[in-house]
Amino acid sequence: MITPTHYLVLSALVFTIGVVGVLTRRNVIIIFMSIELMLNSVNLNLIAFSDQLNKFGGQVFAIFVITVAAAEAAVGLGIVIALFRNKETVNADEMDLLKW
Amino acid sequence: MEAILFYTLAAILVLFAVLTVLARNPVRSAVYLISALIAVAGLFLLQKAEFVAAVQILVYVGGIMVLFLFVIMLVSVREVIGQPKTNRQTKTAVVLAAVLCVELVFFLSTGASLFEDAEPGPAVIEQVQTLNTESVGTLLYTTYLLPFEIASVLLLVAIVGAVVLAKKTI
Repeated sequence: MITPTHYLVLSALVFTIGVVGVLTRRNVIIIFMSIELMLNSVNLNLIAFSDQLNKFGGQVFAIFVITVAAAEAAVGLGIVIALFRNKETVNADEMDLLKW
Repeated sequence: MEAILFYTLAAILVLFAVLTVLARNPVRSAVYLISALIAVAGLFLLQKAEFVAAVQILVYVGGIMVLFLFVIMLVSVREVIGQPKTNRQTKTAVVLAAVLCVELVFFLSTGASLFEDAEPGPAVIEQVQTLNTESVGTLLYTTYLLPFEIASVLLLVAIVGAVVLAKKTI
């Protein structure tokens, strides 16, 4: 019997993997992909509770999360292209214009 | 049967998530992430959320990941190879993330009885099997109409923002 707890633990694992990716990688694009992983783990949670409670609100919220992820990816990748054009790099630790 | 499917999909998801984070080449990372997203769509199907699973495949795999691949091809991949792929805070970050994971799993397993004993909602049980897309659509256009419209405005703003950011001269 698969309970919501199984899904929540799986989602916590995937979320942690995404956190490690965001914190350790230098390539901005891979950092973005790790953020997508984290958003997906949140979606798993929402769908698990939607299934548990027999309500569709969780699925609607998952659709909203996907919408926001699409908007975030479009704007974020636009920023990456603009930064690459100006600084010739995609490494997060070399983009330090705002540091003194 | 459900357990076999769950554990298979979960193993695929965790494996490809780890590979996404570890891969040196961003193109490979993107392909691994596509596999992980398809596994997530499978898990959605397992939980009777057919519409969200279809949206996951269409929007994530068909839209967002293609956008990622385009951008990876636009910024050069060559210079990335040969440099260290992680930054200086790696050890601290891994330790802290492990602590976070242990904490999450601990609280989820101790609090599990709270939400597993929760009463399932009444009456919609036969709809769950037949009318998933209709139910989600009805909810989107009635209860969640305002957030739905705001989401469309958000997408419009994102389109304009992406175009402005990526243009050479405004």
